[in-house]
Amino acid sequence: MGVVQGDQMILNIGPQHPSTHGVLRLEVMTDGEIVSQIRPHLGYLHRCFEKHSENVTYEQVIPFTDRCDYLASMNSNFGYVVAMEELMEIKVPERVEYIRVIMGELNRIGSHLLALGVYGLDIGAFTPFLYMLRDRERILDMFEYTCGARLLYNYMWIGGVSHDLPKDFETICTDFLDYFEPQIKEYNNLLSFNKIFVERTADVGVIPADVAVSYGVTGPNLRASGVKWDVRKDEPYSIYEKFDFDIPTGTGKFGTLGDCYDRYWVRMLEIKESIKILRQALKEIPSGDVHQALPKKIRPPKGSVYRRTESPRGDLGYYIVSDGTPVPFRVKMRSPAFTALSCLDEVSRGWMISDVIAILGSLDIVLGEIDR
Amino acid sequence: MTSAEIKAVIMDQFPGSVIESEDLAEKQVELKADQWFNIATFLKEDPNLAFDQLECITGIDLGEEASLQTRYNLHSMEYRHKIEILISHDRKEPKVASIEKIWRIGDWFERETYDMFGIVYEGHRDLRRILCPDDWEGWPLRKDYEGQESYHGIVVPKMKEEDGWE
Amino acid sequence: MTVDTLINWFVTLGDFPVLSFLLAVVISGIPLFLVMALNAMIAVYVERKVSAFMMDRVGPMGQGPGLHAGKWGVLQTAADAIKLLVKEDTVPETSDKFLFKMAPYIIFIGAFLGLAAVPFSSTLQVVDFNVGVFYIIAVGSIGIVGIVMAGWASNNKWSLYGAMRSAAQIISYEIPAGLSIIIPIMMAGTLNIQELIAFQSGSVWGILPNWIIFNNPFSFVAFFTFFISAVAETNRTPFDIPEAESELVAGWMTEYSGFRWAVFFLSEYANMLVVSGLAVAGFLGGWQSPIPGLFNTGLWGLFWFMSKLGFLIFVMMWFRWTFPRLRVDQLMHVCWKVLIPITMFNIFGVGIWKLIFG
Repeated sequence: MGVVQGDQMILNIGPQHPSTHGVLRLEVMTDGEIVSQIRPHLGYLHRCFEKHSENVTYEQVIPFTDRCDYLASMNSNFGYVVAMEELMEIKVPERVEYIRVIMGELNRIGSHLLALGVYGLDIGAFTPFLYMLRDRERILDMFEYTCGARLLYNYMWIGGVSHDLPKDFETICTDFLDYFEPQIKEYNNLLSFNKIFVERTADVGVIPADVAVSYGVTGPNLRASGVKWDVRKDEPYSIYEKFDFDIPTGTGKFGTLGDCYDRYWVRMLEIKESIKILRQALKEIPSGDVHQALPKKIRPPKGSVYRRTESPRGDLGYYIVSDGTPVPFRVKMRSPAFTALSCLDEVSRGWMISDVIAILGSLDIVLGEIDR
Repeated sequence: MTSAEIKAVIMDQFPGSVIESEDLAEKQVELKADQWFNIATFLKEDPNLAFDQLECITGIDLGEEASLQTRYNLHSMEYRHKIEILISHDRKEPKVASIEKIWRIGDWFERETYDMFGIVYEGHRDLRRILCPDDWEGWPLRKDYEGQESYHGIVVPKMKEEDGWE
Repeated sequence: MTVDTLINWFVTLGDFPVLSFLLAVVISGIPLFLVMALNAMIAVYVERKVSAFMMDRVGPMGQGPGLHAGKWGVLQTAADAIKLLVKEDTVPETSDKFLFKMAPYIIFIGAFLGLAAVPFSSTLQVVDFNVGVFYIIAVGSIGIVGIVMAGWASNNKWSLYGAMRSAAQIISYEIPAGLSIIIPIMMAGTLNIQELIAFQSGSVWGILPNWIIFNNPFSFVAFFTFFISAVAETNRTPFDIPEAESELVAGWMTEYSGFRWAVFFLSEYANMLVVSGLAVAGFLGGWQSPIPGLFNTGLWGLFWFMSKLGFLIFVMMWFRWTFPRLRVDQLMHVCWKVLIPITMFNIFGVGIWKLIFG
């Protein structure tokens, strides 16, 4: 629990990390090089947005959700508006659904690029990080072209989106996808199939499937352990049922099923699937007015809703309780990175300190979402 | 299985533990706190229910005169059915059995609800604050929460109704 | 050489052996120190530009002399050097102050002494030892003492970890390096570096230079094992676990700032120069030209040596920005279970080759 045996050493990793995980403090109890227990200390980024949201209106909560998972803001917004629209029973126009899916998937690619690049940086490969960030910059440029913001968008509103797509967005996006798809081969040659990288990550930090489900691990982490669960396919929301895409799961490609390499490889495959969805959406997007279904006053009926959506990190759930006023009664965000971090202790017992960094990087956490 | 069927199974196995109420939605079941640990074990291990995923634990303060509640959202990966369990607590001494041994994510979820509301989960191996600092006073998400004046010499700013932040 | 020539010249002036020896050594040591400093400045600039171009960026840039970093950023290293010199000199309170201050200089001494035997051309070499190769390998181990001193004296758990790992790494990789350099010695029959280079003169079949690397397949492999062990000796990626421990927490250099840190980095780049110099002299023909017979005289020797050296240092930088880093136990595995068997097999192979083909 917290009792240190005689020959154990307590080491501190953090709170400032050289990699962009955020402000996290890990108290590691080691016996020489081997880790015997880890106690994570959270709360450095805790802003208690759940208390704030009890004092502002429902639309004003959306910028708060941006700032929780700042690397996948579109998906955080998406989760909230899907939950609210289920509570208020609003049907949004078709064009809005397509725009939301396009933005969500672009943000998914951006978030995965950052996660994979930073993971390479943790392992010691400096160059793939810069290549992946260069491509992510083009995605952020597209977001800036649409809504004016690069990182925190406040784009998806309850009943619609804030700005319509610019006229030549489809050309720009298709050009980007045509440029980006061959780049994935370059990343694979540089990092994914590099023997040193494989040695550092294969067989390390295996999460068995039942442990993963019990710890509430979801998203790419769960799929890497072999469980084929994706909210977009299993509890579909928006128009994801119209698209044809696969759910990549881990296969123990270079080591055991559910190791760090599988988690890395599943994210790489998911980028390809997102490209597929984007191409289909860009072809089929209808025209229309995006501000048509915006309600004049947001006053949901009394009741509660729990709805989850698929963010790049896993199942993002919103539990919203409304008491009939324009101000929410309770907004609770179930963040996927919170549950992913909770299994760090059990998974890294018996590994070395360098492996703890590898495991932490493969879980892809964002402290903004964990601390809220 | 639908929520009504699951509710019937629970009422069958643990008579007297379900509290009927009209403001509950169809998927919500309110239980008494005393048998919660046994019911939770049953929900996980019964082969027809198989609720192996605890999606979310939400603490909620229903108002100054009313009670605190803990709401558990459960989901089964095998059967794809869901249920939401509500357990009310007395404001003076809120406590309920901890289910962190059954679903391991309960460990951190319960710590968070304890941190925000002060609900004590009995049997939890290490119930301490997770998001606020260890020596923070008060339960932030309660409706009657008054922030402390200062923390280790730093003044804690307060929010006013009309003017915004001080 | 230069020490010998200076002593011979002093003899013509008069008979003062001890003073002439001391003067010769000091006068030869000053250009060596300048070489070390210049090497560090150029190598740092080249590393930053090379890494930048590999990462699809431009690195330090400027518009012209003056307050900017010079055209193409050439004044950047000078600016860094000035910054390091004027930084505050902090010594941690709880550290062992004497050892803490001594450690950088011990490492510096190791690198400096190694530079004395590197043959920049047929006459530009400080001393031509008759056991030159053995001397460089031996003197290169002095650095380990400095590293352990630095890690211990910092009184910091993480510095100690990093220093111990670094010491284990350098000591282990000395073995394949030494075993690989035995191959040129076996083939040339001498430990003297200039004689080793002279052995590689001439040509094979009229067009290929008679370098040891082209001589037989075993010495070809030996070059690569020597080069890999050399990269590990200098603590560069992919073997930079002790250094880039600073990406995780803190490395063994963490408590050092300002000028002391500059001395560490000076020594690291000098070490790179020494091991690359040994690789060039032992395997790539030293200061001899690659076209046998042509451009072999006078200052051409210096030119060829510097270009071969520059190429090897560029390859070391290329490694750093391409590969991830190995974990400590994988590092040890590569040394003891992969490189040492290969080098031992090489020695055996070269012996058989010489027996059969003479």
